[in-house]
This record gives sequence, C-alpha cells and structure tokens, in this order.
Amino acid sequence: MSELNGLRIADRKHIGLAEMLKGGVIMDVTNHEQAKIAEDAGAAAVMALERVPSDIRKDGGVARMSPVKKIKEIQKAVTIPVMAKARIGHFVEAQILEALAVDYIDESEVLTPADEHFHIDKFAFRIPFVCGCRDLGEALRRIGEGAAMIRTKGEAGSGNIVEAVRHMRAVVSGIRRLTTLSPEELMTEAKNLGAPYELLRWVAKAGKLPVPNFSAGGIATPADAALMMQLGAEAVFVGSGIFKSSDPAKRARAIVQATTHFKDADVLARVSEELGDAMVGIETSKLPKEELLQTRGW
Amino acid sequence: MRIGVLALQGDFALHARALEKCGVEAVEVRKPSELDEVDGLIMPGGESTTLLKLIDAWDFAPALEKFHGRGRPIFGTCAGLIILAREVESPRQFSLGLIDVTVERNAYGRQRESFEASGVAKLDGGPIALEMVFIRAPRIRRVGPGVQVLAEHGGEPVMAREGRVLVATFHPELTDSTAVHRYFCELVSRSAIAP
Repeated sequence: MSELNGLRIADRKHIGLAEMLKGGVIMDVTNHEQAKIAEDAGAAAVMALERVPSDIRKDGGVARMSPVKKIKEIQKAVTIPVMAKARIGHFVEAQILEALAVDYIDESEVLTPADEHFHIDKFAFRIPFVCGCRDLGEALRRIGEGAAMIRTKGEAGSGNIVEAVRHMRAVVSGIRRLTTLSPEELMTEAKNLGAPYELLRWVAKAGKLPVPNFSAGGIATPADAALMMQLGAEAVFVGSGIFKSSDPAKRARAIVQATTHFKDADVLARVSEELGDAMVGIETSKLPKEELLQTRGW
Repeated sequence: MRIGVLALQGDFALHARALEKCGVEAVEVRKPSELDEVDGLIMPGGESTTLLKLIDAWDFAPALEKFHGRGRPIFGTCAGLIILAREVESPRQFSLGLIDVTVERNAYGRQRESFEASGVAKLDGGPIALEMVFIRAPRIRRVGPGVQVLAEHGGEPVMAREGRVLVATFHPELTDSTAVHRYFCELVSRSAIAP
C-alpha cells in the first residue's frame, strides 16, 4: 500500500507497470489478429475493446466491455500486457476483468457509463486502473480513488488532436499553477478543483502527478503522437487511428518510432513518408454536446 | 563520468533520477552513436518485445556488443536483463548474450501476480537490505559458472553479475534506496579509470 501525505494511492507495483510503459504506444484492438499486428509493430501494450471508438460513434447503441472470449484470445496471442476497458462505475465488469487477469483496466468514457454519479472504487482490486481526465481536478479525483495511471481524454474516435491538446495543456498548466501557490492558497485551490487537499500539496511540491500521465483520444498520425509527447505526455494511446487507416501495420510502426524519437524532426519526417491514408477526422467543435465522449465521468 | 540510460521505451526516467541522486550525470540514449558519449549504460525495464523492435530498427545490437567489448559496464533490469541474457525462454527470442544466464519471461504470471518483497544483496562492503518490486518479472532459470549471484528471493537468483554486466529481475529504481545504482556507478568509475 502506498501513501502520500497520509492519503492512500495505488500500489507501487501498479504505478510501476505504468512506468514500464512510458515512451510506448498502447493500441486499441478488437480481436487477436489486430493484437498480433500491434505487437509486431512494437506496441508496448494492447487495449481490448468491443468496437473502436469511431465505430461506437458511427453505430451507436450501448458500448460495453469486450466479450470474454475475445479477451482470452488476445491474451493467448501476445506476450505484451493486455488491458481492457470497463464502463465507468461498472465494478462487476471490472471484477470479471480481474478474474481474467488482464494487466490494466481502463475505466473508460469511450464505453457507455453504467453509473452517472460514481466511479469504481479502485482500491478494491488486485489489478491496476487507468482513468481519463480533462483537467487537473479530474486527474486528482481519479488518483484519489486509486488510479495507477492517468490519461488525458481527448475526443476518442474523432481523429482530431485538438481535444487531446486542450486536456494535456490543462493538466500541465494546472500543475505549474500549483507550484506557484503559497501554502495558505492550497486549500481554496483544492475546493475549486474538487480534488483531495493532500494530493494537491504533494503535486505543488513535486511539480508532477504521483502517477504517470499518458495521452489519448484523437491521435491519428506520427506527428500527433510526437506533439502529445512534446506537450508532456509520457506515452500515448492510439484507438481508431491505427485500424481505421489504410495500412494499419505501417502506421502503427511509424507511430511507435515517432513516440520514441518525439524530439527528432528528421526521424519524424522519415517515418511520416508513404503512410497511406489516415482515418477521416471529425471537426469536434461541430459535434453536438450529447455526442461528445469526453464529458462522461466527472 | 556520464552514464547512459537506454530511452527507447520503458522506465528510463526513474533510472536517470536514481543516477542523479548518486551525483552522476545521466544521458538518455536513443541512437547507437550516442553510446560513444557515455561510460556505462543502464537498460531499463519496459516491454522486451517492444524494445527488441526498436533495437532492430536502429541496428543497436552491434553497437551494444562493441560498447561491451570496449569494457563499458552495462546494468539491465527486468526487460534489460532479458535482452542481455545468453538464452531466453517462453517465448524463445533474440538476445545479446552478454551474461551467461537463461531467463524465462513473465515467469510469475500477469500483473495480478506482481509483488513486493524484502531481501538482502551482497554488494561491495557487505550485505545490504533491499526492497524488491517485481513487475511481470522474469526468472533466472540457469546461472553460468562465471556468474556471481548477488541477491536471491525464495532461493532463486534475482540479481547477478558477470564481469562488467550487472542484472536484476526486480526494480531498484522504483524504491528510495540508491544502493544498487551506487554499486553500478562504482563499477563504471573503476572501468573508466582502467585503460
């Protein structure tokens, strides 16, 4: 059990697995064939889900945890960590994923929420959780509930990086702001952010989150991945961007290289050549509010 | 003295932090040519499958062999150990063979089976108590005659050294102790003085 200023956070071994994934690409897959393509391309982990976000957006209906059979097939097909998504607040889906021994649970806004008020109590599980956030307050609430990794939400299935950038900048500038506050200002800031005071005090001193911070939601090109890394992401999740492009294996390899060599423009130019077509993106500012995935969760 | 941390993928940032706590300059290494600028190298934990793809894409293997041939010390944790080992099991895969051990990947199971333990390491100057964090860890199944076991867990080797190659199946960089990193820095500083 790990503690910060007397407040319980996720276990060191679980935060540690997120550390091992840094500089890597975690790819959404819906079956074992895709999982194998992802592993061969250099994915650091795969994320099992029923449908990729752009299909969820297109087809509608309730999006749930991936079928158990699919998850087992994916686990058999690859040696890298296998993550899977559970609906926000659906702790029984999480219990099933724990029984399957997936390596990380993503309590994800991409699936249809099961609870409109409460997220899962992540301390009740022996496997780690990653949760999405749009700003620092949301990140710290999830860490307070036991998330061992945070990812900024972006807008999943949009192929548009603008929301991912907005959320990463919000978290990074929120952290920077905390480091400039005097001790007596921190409690009011905790109230305004709706975040645990003890965590706030720790972040104000350390200048970073106590768990790794990755980026998700809208990455479609090697340049998008490198942009998020330069903005402060420590690894990236790619969903529809790979398997909705014209040559998934090639694009996956290029995004892996771009994530490692994110500061090297010569490498980025080279891997961005002859990639085939990227997924068709969506202008997120034109999306009606009720179609946004990022506003799920609080 | 400068020590490189292979930064292709994995927990390179925490290794760099541990080196800095030891008062040593840490340099992130992403290309083979960058090995020329460092006196020792840490190969961090991460996903060995992923690391091998990135090593292959940049033709890193010959450069690492040359680095070792020049007498430069290398320290591998977890995935780093897997890449340095003579033999790898489950699955069998390419490795550099710079330390005479056989390792089995993910040998304790998936993340649910990851664990912490306390143990004792025989470093220079006597036994030192260590917290050991094992994450989807490999197991050392065979140790060659030239390999010295520096720490055990449950009667099995978890830290070992052959000449200038040091390996551990656990993650000292995740703890507050810098004992293992100090031991490696000492190795590097001695080899940097030697001709």
